[in-house]
Amino acid sequence: MLSVQNLEVVYQDVILVLRGVSFEIPKGKIVSLLGSNGSGKTTVIRSITGLLDIQNGDITKGTISVDGEDITNFNPSKIVEKGIAQVLEGRRIFSELTVVENLRLGGHTNSQDIQSNIEKVLDMFPILKQRSKGEAGYLSGGEQQMLAIGRALMSDPSYLLLDEPSLGLAPKLVDQIADLIKEINEQGVTVLLVEQNANMALNVSDHGYIMETGNVVMDNPSEVLLKDEDVREFYLGLNPEGTKRKSFKDVKHYKRKKRWLS
Amino acid sequence: MTIFLQATVEGLSLAAIYSLVAIGFVLIYKSMDVLSFAQPALAVVGAGIISSLAVDRGIPFWLALILGIFLTGVLSLIIERTFLRPMVGEPVFSVAILTIGIDILLRTVLDSWIGINPRYLGDPFPTFGNFGAINVGGVNLKFLELTALVTAILIILILSVFFKRSKYGVAMRATSFDQEAALAQGINVGRIFGLAWFIAGILAAFAGFFITGGFNTLGQFSFLIALRALPAVVIGGLDSIPGAVVGSIIIGLTQGYVAYYQIPFENLIGFSLGSGFSLLAPYLIMFVILIFRPDGLFGTEEVERV
Repeated sequence: MLSVQNLEVVYQDVILVLRGVSFEIPKGKIVSLLGSNGSGKTTVIRSITGLLDIQNGDITKGTISVDGEDITNFNPSKIVEKGIAQVLEGRRIFSELTVVENLRLGGHTNSQDIQSNIEKVLDMFPILKQRSKGEAGYLSGGEQQMLAIGRALMSDPSYLLLDEPSLGLAPKLVDQIADLIKEINEQGVTVLLVEQNANMALNVSDHGYIMETGNVVMDNPSEVLLKDEDVREFYLGLNPEGTKRKSFKDVKHYKRKKRWLS
Repeated sequence: MTIFLQATVEGLSLAAIYSLVAIGFVLIYKSMDVLSFAQPALAVVGAGIISSLAVDRGIPFWLALILGIFLTGVLSLIIERTFLRPMVGEPVFSVAILTIGIDILLRTVLDSWIGINPRYLGDPFPTFGNFGAINVGGVNLKFLELTALVTAILIILILSVFFKRSKYGVAMRATSFDQEAALAQGINVGRIFGLAWFIAGILAAFAGFFITGGFNTLGQFSFLIALRALPAVVIGGLDSIPGAVVGSIIIGLTQGYVAYYQIPFENLIGFSLGSGFSLLAPYLIMFVILIFRPDGLFGTEEVERV
């Protein structure tokens, strides 16, 4: 189980981005993390994988633990060795390098199995196999996303963190990615899915968390969230027939604190 | 024709020396985005270490050479860990200035060790028959120059295999392309920085040996020769290893041809360009190329991101 407790993150010493986020990813499940832009989803992933440092961010409170072991503030390569791999937002493949070189880099911490893992990933993505010697920058967006996922799988992770895998992809490809996530999960990889595309995320995942301005404001099994009226309206764009659109500010799920000097 | 061949050979051997230093510049620039001005100083410090081991300590020359080159790599690594690692994330400008400070520090220590008299490196090149040279069809080939050429070619081949095949070579390319994505793959970026400096130090020491070995000596101004790798890198483009090699060849050949053809040329145009013009010519070439290609011949065009 990957568990995040009371996580508070500050950027540049002054910008409070996460205000006590807690959630759990039970082993073998798919958990999705939803929220609008700027709610802190990516920051959550960054804090788990130790990438806050180069963005000038600090974990000021809280702990992150994997299978009971505290990994808060570990450096990124240690975290990958602990079996947590991530797919960065916007894919971030090494476009000047070939497809195979990209995959080799994904297995940087796991060099013994590199050859067999490359074959495994290329079998999973036949499109990449055809272009394995070509420069990764010439792949299409969907292929690049597959390469990014394949690259993350190279380290044989037990936890896979996906940051917006549907970003900029056609609806058909989004379905393909969703099937892929299920398939990866069935092979025993626990998945955290950070998404804007709530429909896809909730249909794939077992449990969903919803974030607003640095807080988790709601968490429920995905089926329940799919039926929730506010979620339907604001994340799925389905408001009950005949009703006027609600204002977002009326449904904030946290209490507004109004105190002087705080 | 003989003169032309002689000039070409000497130009190419200079190019070999420059390219060793220049590749070091590029490796550091690509990994850390910093132009390290300490590179020429490392070259002469490397020569100093070899001389100190071989001449002062009396260690057999070939052993002293290997040991000296290795120690220069280690010194370079230590410089990176102590001075540059704490500066990660600071403005590139301050880090570049810091490397100038390291350059001055290294050279001051070295100069006080050299003293007034130039130092020999104790290598056997001058004693190999015919003053360390063979004559092929009127062209005088110095062993040291030939060795420089062969060594540089070998090193470039080894490096290209290293960057293509080895785990850390590919990781270095990835880190220079996208540091954050490299971190996310579990690559230890600090180790990559260290590796870049270590390799750059070793290359600099090789260059230092070829600059000061043979009949040449290690003096207080030897570093000026290594410094001429800077126009070579600028011509080639700061972030391109092939560029560094091509830039070095341009600079080396220019210097070779100017040295041999300056006097006939002066007679032709009727006035004197002054002695030592061959040392100036590389910089003139740099000016001309930069006017047309501000990012160098092979450099990536700089895009200002806000």
